[in-house]
Amino acid sequence: MEEDDIDLASLDDAELTEQMHDDLYDGLADEITEGVNILLGRGWAPYKVLTEALVEGMRIVGIDFRDGILFVPEVLLSANSMKAGMAILKPLLAETGAPKAGKMVIGTVKGDIHDIGKNLVIMMMEGAGFEVIDLGINNPVEKYLEALEEHKPDIIGMSALLTTTMPYMKVVIDTMKEKGIRDDYIVMVGGAPLNEEFADSVGADAYGRDAAMTVELAKEMLAARQAA
Amino acid sequence: MSEQHPKTLLIACGALAEETLAVIEANGWDHLSVTCLPAKLHNRPVLIPEAMRQKIQDNRDQFDQILALYGDCGTAGKLDAVLDEEGVERIAGAHCYEFFMGAQQFQAAADEELGTLYLTDFLARHFDKLIMEGMGIEKHPELLPLYFGNYKRLLYISQIENAELQEKAKAAASKLSLNYEYRLTGLFGLEQFLAAKVV
Repeated sequence: MEEDDIDLASLDDAELTEQMHDDLYDGLADEITEGVNILLGRGWAPYKVLTEALVEGMRIVGIDFRDGILFVPEVLLSANSMKAGMAILKPLLAETGAPKAGKMVIGTVKGDIHDIGKNLVIMMMEGAGFEVIDLGINNPVEKYLEALEEHKPDIIGMSALLTTTMPYMKVVIDTMKEKGIRDDYIVMVGGAPLNEEFADSVGADAYGRDAAMTVELAKEMLAARQAA
Repeated sequence: MSEQHPKTLLIACGALAEETLAVIEANGWDHLSVTCLPAKLHNRPVLIPEAMRQKIQDNRDQFDQILALYGDCGTAGKLDAVLDEEGVERIAGAHCYEFFMGAQQFQAAADEELGTLYLTDFLARHFDKLIMEGMGIEKHPELLPLYFGNYKRLLYISQIENAELQEKAKAAASKLSLNYEYRLTGLFGLEQFLAAKVV
């Protein structure tokens, strides 16, 4: 690609944004960093850079992953590129008072150490303006309850990659019911072996089939809750 | 074909082909045939159930019975639902690690160290292709901690003792910066299941 190197600074805003979508798709972190700095230099608000260049680019990645065009390695490289861009934007977002969409605690359930999907959700939720508390992996119900007590989030998210660990989500939800706190929170679940039927069966509010969908569902459910 | 033994088709994951054939040969079970689904379906487990159904329906008329050599393999019960509908039994276990080790031994290994990456003979043999190249780590080493940052141990569970594969597995552990352990499981789990169904 050396012969075809594009001078990002020579592109107008629309062309640059589109190029950044392509660079994100191709996992080109250096180019994303450069593009973010160019847009900021042109007076773009950090939130606008985040949503129009990065989040939108990852949304396209997510669609192609869902459709089997991209696979995990490519998605991770894209996510790394987005993180490189967000590293520049995060401190600026705090300074410029970017809108806070809500708060989420999220973790992989007990017995499960897989966190790729969870980490993608965290990145996209933060990109959408959510404050996210990452509980990490292998979380027993007590850890979720402590987090709910400490952080009082809007949403609790549970992730699992193994069919042997996903039933634990019901343990957490049933415990929330026993304690009378189930309805205080939106419960979202996700992970490769899950589906909507499973989410319904364990008493969750929603199943996020990918990171982008999780963000959309989170925003919808939060809006509905606030309107009620 | 012996009249006493049902003419049986084994539909196996491609990753189990060598082991399955080894068991058949060792026992002289010439009334068993083997066909496989591609091991790469594990990259998209959602495709496994219908691929299995198609294989069953393509072969049903030619055999007295069909058995599946598959774990649940991330299908969250959907493979079992298809097998129930098609009247085919499978070897018990969530995955091949479990049916090679035995359920209790697998659970004990997981309790010892949750962050364990399991290699079978197939995975040890094809580690570089499937993991280092297939997962993009060769070209992008920065992906390594994203995939394996939560793992502590690589446990090579060997079906057929092979010094060359042991060296490959050790090398794999080194590449992933994981502690290496070796256990010989043999083929008892596979043999036991087949002996109960086909003899």
